[in-house]
Amino acid sequence: MDLNTVWFILIAVLFVGYFFLEGFDFGVGMLVPFLGKNDTERRVIINSVGTFWDGNEVWLITAGGAMFAAFPNWYATLFSGFYPALVLMLVGLIIRGVAFEFRSKDKSPQWRNIWDWLLAVGSFVPALLWGVAMTNIWRGVPINEDMTYVGGFFNLLNPFALLGGVTTLFIFLLHGALFLNLKTEGEISARAKVAAQRLWLPAIILFLAYILASYFQTNILLTMGINPGVIPIFAVMALFFSYFLIKKNRPGWAFIFTGITIAFTTFTIFIAIFPNVMISSLNPEWNLNIYNAASSPYTLKIMSIVALIFLPIVLAYQIWSYYIFKKRISTKSKLEY
Amino acid sequence: MGAVTLARWQFAITTVYHFFFVPLTLGLSVFVAILETLYVVTGKEVYKRMTLFWGKLFIINFILGVVTGLVQEFQFGMNWSEYSRFVGDIFGAPLAIEALLAFFLESTFLGVWIFGWDRLSKKAHAATIWLVAIGSNLSALWILIANSFMQQPRGYELVRDAAGNVIRAQMTSFADLVFNPNVWVQFPHVLASGIVTAAFFVIGISAYHLFKKSKDGQAYRLSLKYSVIYGFIGILLVILIGHSQMQHIVRIQPMKVASAEAIWNTENPASLSLFTIGDEKERKDIFAIKIPYLVSVLAYNSLEGEIKGINQLQEEYEQKYGPGDYVPPVAVSYWSFRIMVGAGILMLLLSIYLLIYVIKDKFEFKPWVYKALLFAIALPYLANSAGWILTEVGRQPWLVYGLLKTTDGVSPYTAVSTGEVLFSLITFGILYGILMVVDVYLLKKYALAGTSEIDKENDL
Repeated sequence: MDLNTVWFILIAVLFVGYFFLEGFDFGVGMLVPFLGKNDTERRVIINSVGTFWDGNEVWLITAGGAMFAAFPNWYATLFSGFYPALVLMLVGLIIRGVAFEFRSKDKSPQWRNIWDWLLAVGSFVPALLWGVAMTNIWRGVPINEDMTYVGGFFNLLNPFALLGGVTTLFIFLLHGALFLNLKTEGEISARAKVAAQRLWLPAIILFLAYILASYFQTNILLTMGINPGVIPIFAVMALFFSYFLIKKNRPGWAFIFTGITIAFTTFTIFIAIFPNVMISSLNPEWNLNIYNAASSPYTLKIMSIVALIFLPIVLAYQIWSYYIFKKRISTKSKLEY
Repeated sequence: MGAVTLARWQFAITTVYHFFFVPLTLGLSVFVAILETLYVVTGKEVYKRMTLFWGKLFIINFILGVVTGLVQEFQFGMNWSEYSRFVGDIFGAPLAIEALLAFFLESTFLGVWIFGWDRLSKKAHAATIWLVAIGSNLSALWILIANSFMQQPRGYELVRDAAGNVIRAQMTSFADLVFNPNVWVQFPHVLASGIVTAAFFVIGISAYHLFKKSKDGQAYRLSLKYSVIYGFIGILLVILIGHSQMQHIVRIQPMKVASAEAIWNTENPASLSLFTIGDEKERKDIFAIKIPYLVSVLAYNSLEGEIKGINQLQEEYEQKYGPGDYVPPVAVSYWSFRIMVGAGILMLLLSIYLLIYVIKDKFEFKPWVYKALLFAIALPYLANSAGWILTEVGRQPWLVYGLLKTTDGVSPYTAVSTGEVLFSLITFGILYGILMVVDVYLLKKYALAGTSEIDKENDL
């Protein structure tokens, strides 16, 4: 395996980590105004992800940095091409980040209510847009011979991509509800369980519709065949079984299963486009792939050494931070946010 | 306005704004870590109150640095895609390393620090804020390694296509990138300016509480004492390192120095302008007050020493790089340099004045001094912004010095239309404006509430 492939896998892993982790804090963010009946309850919900959301978001920053370092043309084409969508996503991410930190720093109920809704909207926008973006990467977009996106904004809003957006939205909501079910106590936890049960059906319907649509809209038949293999099938099965785990009061396992769905779906998309990184809908010769988009072998080597040393360290201390704060949070806990 | 101009405005606004929050994060993280260490070592409750109080203000400031940093991470690709393709092989590496080494560290451990008071031992808890401080200051190192490549490209080769046109720069030595001499004047200068920013922030707020005779006077006296010492060390370092930095820039980017000093024609010895009103088109002074010899003395530590003028450098560059305008906006460079240095000198004088008092444990000042100290919080911000404006504007027309012009780095209009740039510029402008108001409101509220209110707010 050459270093280009290694970096393709590494970036896939970073996105998997990002969607798995920030997926649940997007979900929790969106659920705040709906599951928290009063101020204390809302604070409990926010505090359940309070320790983690910022560390989760660094997965995205690292993925972006890794794309820039390993595949500069991918970084340049993607972010200049999806420009207005990315602006909206950044606005969402900025607002929700600030909302976490500011919402409980003033006692005024209006202040808190506004920030709760901003947190919800700021989580909603990226949760939707990530699905749109990933789907467009999979489907292919108009890219010319200079590796430049020429499709305009509305080209990104095709029905398949929008279906992808709504699908990630519901899966993140479900993932977030399960996290709350797992991480809180009493009424909030019970309410989160009910929400998860209700969210499951639309989530799986959308997910199945998305998979079906992908057979018509993408190259999946060519690259993976009618039977796409173990990874995508596991993604579907995990989502399917999560329902029974929710019912049987196994929120931890259910959460892991929706996490598997998120992770394996992301892997599936990366496997399906490999060795391309951006597919041109205009001419296959204009695809960006892991070679024509890549940095020099020297840079890839340097970056590999750095990643080899530091990624395990990062993983170790992030897992440690989750371990330190493994206790469930209730209305009686000391709340910071 | 064209797309390039709009993209430049967007980058300038989002970056200067980002850098309102960064220096305070750099300096205050270390300051809070020192306070918590004092708490652990001495066991005195006053240090815990100080840690919590300054820590709270640190967090309110930190978050805006984080969220505006998101824009920084992606806007190279968004607005400057051709730049990203050109230097990605080199520039992307420190950015990715910054995220992996620094951002994970500071954000993970800040979460642990905020929520971990009851979960960790005292020592372990103090260790987490040190990790935050190390993470923040490490992030400055890596982004300045990236920026230094734009100032003084090192450790690269140019890759050409079949027709012989340069298509991109490629890394040949990671060590040359990291040990670029520019890094090692720029990075300590920025670290020291972080110390100064935090010090004047703490000085101003502590002085206010001492003036108002707030409860817990001991905490503010100690805060004032430590911050004055911290700030004095910081401003000395800023000035000394800044001086070395300028001597470095005379050699690597003489045009930046010529425009910062508004030296139109080569001078030997070169005089220092205290105040110049010039005509940028005609390239001449209309009115100027100058001190003879001083630029040569500063640049070369000698009464002799040639400082090349804008006209001569322009000729030289035309021969070297082909026809074009190689003169950066002189008025912007000249005045940003004066604002930075002026603010720096004021801060030095203030630090010396305060130091004389606090080392004798005197904390009583005349009323106007308290007021002045409150306003002095703004001085480091002025200096920090002006410093970056000089660094980046003074490099124009280059994006990467000598290799890539700013006009060649922007995203092609087929990918990003002028309307889209305008849309994002307005969006970020409004959003950032609102966030500034909210952030200042909260900082003010928590600063005025003082050390004794901190715990009450937590137990709502």
